[in-house]
Amino acid sequence: MTIESFEPTMLLAILPEILLLVLIGFVLALDAVWKPEQRRALGWLTAGGLALIMVLALAVSRPSEDPRLVWGGMLRHDWFGFAFKMLFLFGAAITALFAMDAEELGKRGEFYVLMLVSTLGMNLMASASDLIMLYLAIETTSIPLYVLSGFMRHDDHSTEAGFKYMLFGAAASAVMLYGLTLLYGFAGDTSFYSLGLAMHNAELPLLPIVGSLVLILVGFAFKISAVPLHFWAPDVYEGAPTPVAGFLSTASKAAGFAVLLRVLLSIFTPVALPSWTGLLAVVAVMTMTLGNALALFQKNIKRLLAYSSIAHAGYILIGIVAISRLAVTGVVFYLIAYLITNLAAFGIVATFWRVVGSDQIADYAGMSRRKPWLAMAMLVAFLSLAGMPPLAGFVAKVFVFAAAVQADYIWLAVVGVLNSIVGLYYYLTVLKVVYLYRSEETEGLPLPISRPSAIALTVLTLGILLVGTLFGPWFSLAEQVAKAVLRNY
Amino acid sequence: MQFPVLSVIVLSPIIAGLLILLIPANRKTEIRMAALAAATLAMLLSAWVYFSYDVQQGGYQFIEHYTWLRQMGISYIVAVDGMNAPLVLLTGVVMFTGVLISWGLDDRPREFFAFLFILASGVFGVFVAQDLFMLFFFYEIAVFPMYLLISIWGWVQTREYAAMKLTLYLFIGSVVALIGGLAMYFEAGMVSFSMWDLARAGFSTEFQIFWFPFVFLGFAVLGGIFPFHNWSPDGHVAAPTAVSMFHAGVLMKLGAFAALRVGIMLLPEGAQFWKIGIMALALVNVVYGAFIAMVQTDFKYVIGFSSVSHMGLVMLGFSTLTPEGLTGAGLQMFSHGVMTALFFAVVGMVYDRAHTREINALGGFSKKMPWVAVAFIVGGLVSMGMPGLSGFVAEFPIFMGVWRVRPLVAIVAAISIVITASYIIRIIGRVFFGKMPEEFEHHIGDVTALDKLALVLLCAIMITIGVYPAIMAPMVSSGVESILRLLGGA
Repeated sequence: MTIESFEPTMLLAILPEILLLVLIGFVLALDAVWKPEQRRALGWLTAGGLALIMVLALAVSRPSEDPRLVWGGMLRHDWFGFAFKMLFLFGAAITALFAMDAEELGKRGEFYVLMLVSTLGMNLMASASDLIMLYLAIETTSIPLYVLSGFMRHDDHSTEAGFKYMLFGAAASAVMLYGLTLLYGFAGDTSFYSLGLAMHNAELPLLPIVGSLVLILVGFAFKISAVPLHFWAPDVYEGAPTPVAGFLSTASKAAGFAVLLRVLLSIFTPVALPSWTGLLAVVAVMTMTLGNALALFQKNIKRLLAYSSIAHAGYILIGIVAISRLAVTGVVFYLIAYLITNLAAFGIVATFWRVVGSDQIADYAGMSRRKPWLAMAMLVAFLSLAGMPPLAGFVAKVFVFAAAVQADYIWLAVVGVLNSIVGLYYYLTVLKVVYLYRSEETEGLPLPISRPSAIALTVLTLGILLVGTLFGPWFSLAEQVAKAVLRNY
Repeated sequence: MQFPVLSVIVLSPIIAGLLILLIPANRKTEIRMAALAAATLAMLLSAWVYFSYDVQQGGYQFIEHYTWLRQMGISYIVAVDGMNAPLVLLTGVVMFTGVLISWGLDDRPREFFAFLFILASGVFGVFVAQDLFMLFFFYEIAVFPMYLLISIWGWVQTREYAAMKLTLYLFIGSVVALIGGLAMYFEAGMVSFSMWDLARAGFSTEFQIFWFPFVFLGFAVLGGIFPFHNWSPDGHVAAPTAVSMFHAGVLMKLGAFAALRVGIMLLPEGAQFWKIGIMALALVNVVYGAFIAMVQTDFKYVIGFSSVSHMGLVMLGFSTLTPEGLTGAGLQMFSHGVMTALFFAVVGMVYDRAHTREINALGGFSKKMPWVAVAFIVGGLVSMGMPGLSGFVAEFPIFMGVWRVRPLVAIVAAISIVITASYIIRIIGRVFFGKMPEEFEHHIGDVTALDKLALVLLCAIMITIGVYPAIMAPMVSSGVESILRLLGGA
């Protein structure tokens, strides 16, 4: 694969990014012009704009079967990047809908702008094919997220979350940057694919390269909240505004997995394969087990979802350890399923918080009597997280575990299924509160759902059912993504 | 193209359940009518499938085959043979009678029927599935509504504990079996989850011996096999009446059937190797279950443990791997399903009126509810294996099969018949005859016409099969023949 010199078609490769910038401009301008009470409509504009970008991108900037390195080798225009971009845009649009009626969030243009900038960064992360581009993209994603986590200035928890996230994030990022510089120092190149070629031809010293990989993995593990770099997640999710926490645990995590996959597969496979699969297998086991074990004791639903999302990172890592066509397909499929499911879960929590003002699981008592539809959406989302058919989470788990069995990691699959039993237990505990317990004082009170949240929840719930039953098209998409990234494996 | 009747049977309950959710929650009569309509449709269609199955021709019929996921070889394949056609009918009958019995349920009937129908779809799906992935898919669908049904509408004192215990037991079993299923899929290397393909895969003997216990026991947990039976009496007792009926009547057969379909039929050499072990476990089920049932003082626990004991006979039949034993097991699955659904319906009717299930606190109910008493006596006779009723038709071949393989086991297992007789007769004497305690005299009335309809239907089925076994036995035998072919004429 050669690096092409500039030609106008390259603009198509970054069409989603260009359109995102245009949208950011619109939001900024209207934020300045509109009166404060009109600014809620910026949410409609953001969500609608993102949907339009998805449609346009799908119409004209779909990559071909043959990946191209564009913009001086900084980006790679392939199905892998493209599919992840669509995932991020979708996640951002849904988050905008959930945020519209959230206090201190929905009526402020900065919120939407920061979220869109972060989405722009994620888009670049997914297609970055150069160490420098990778680092810039990760920082473009992270810095707005730090601000968003601390967005509610009058709330100590939120400020604390923002600050904590920034400190830990900056530290992890520094370690990763150190790893990236070491890699450059030993290899003298920054392009993933030239690095991969050099590795393949055994031109590089293996040991220092693996050392730098470990440092790079620190940064990635932080993004996907894998043990031992998971500790920020519960505090940040708890303190951050709920829609932001949902965005963090889905789109941002998916972006982390995207770069993890691409870096591992383009540079460190197959030559350095044995050196990282063992490490990641250990990380996967610890991540699943710790996440699930600690989720058991949570009283706050956002902390519970934080630990559950740590556990899910562990399941996904199983697929990365098993590394094969089926495994990468399974990972991508899992990310699609997980993104819609977890967005729904956080969206429900946000909707509930807006009315009730509590994140305590005990306060969910009697919810099914107050709002049967919201309870039903919660049932769907939580059972999908638990991996029950006919919902998206079941098929995703089967594919990942199947990949592990295929690659003779039967023990890892067994650890995975044992963990999913623990998971089922605490998801059911929450559903028990929702469906079984009653609460005398709140029973008759209304639990209104705002229109944007209702739209978003309907889309997500139907999406969970759709991915879980008619999984053919999604699987084909995931397979195409896997093919694009496994091409030189 | 023929009418896709099996797909309609599988999918209509879940679609009906979702439609019921759209009815406003306070229109309870409409909700019940809709539920009854859906259940009637499912029962009529399953009866139609049963009676139009061509026994002469045998093999799989009503086949529907669609590709679900080409890349992984996942298909949607449904078909019935002599083994699962009776179970489909059983599910239809229990679903219909379950709706009749639940007519008076007043707390959120909309959600109740919706979850019950999702469960029913899962059960139908497992019985007719011919694709391993599809089987797991529907199996899990059948497991999780149980949690909600028991924990929301169950018996207040134990429902949370029992529901969680049941769900986790069954989930553990199914995921263990799932790993085994995936191992089979990759070992076969045919990129197909179709069980017809997997049966031809020719797994090595070591592979079969290694994986058989995982797959068989993983499913047999739901069949209540010792020592994993512990969830079942607790679950039965905690569940609301219709769910107990479904649970003991149909779901336990689901476990036994899946253990047969996936364990014995796909790993036949493994089954040959482990059959003595299974026989030992099943024998414990039969005898131990009966003894425990005998000492219970709670009416519903007696029935719960009697299910453990009777499901042991099914497993015992499987473990013989003989034509008699397997045919008997197939018949026993149907017969016990109908019988135990009847038992739990009766327990529910008594409890709804007396608000206690302590056997010693009850008495004289035959005067107030003669229909119920007669129905229970019929069920009791079936349970003791009285000739002329379906229990005899089912249990006699099982004992014949066991006798051929291990006469001593047959003798020990036969003890259970005596014990069964003792606890059934005790219940009949204490609950239905004798003197009615003062406090019940005035406020206890007879059951409703819908309840009577359910009881009559269940009794009629047991008597018909007992008097005229030819209505079912040849069909099951034809199903057993194809299993024996897989076992290599053992």
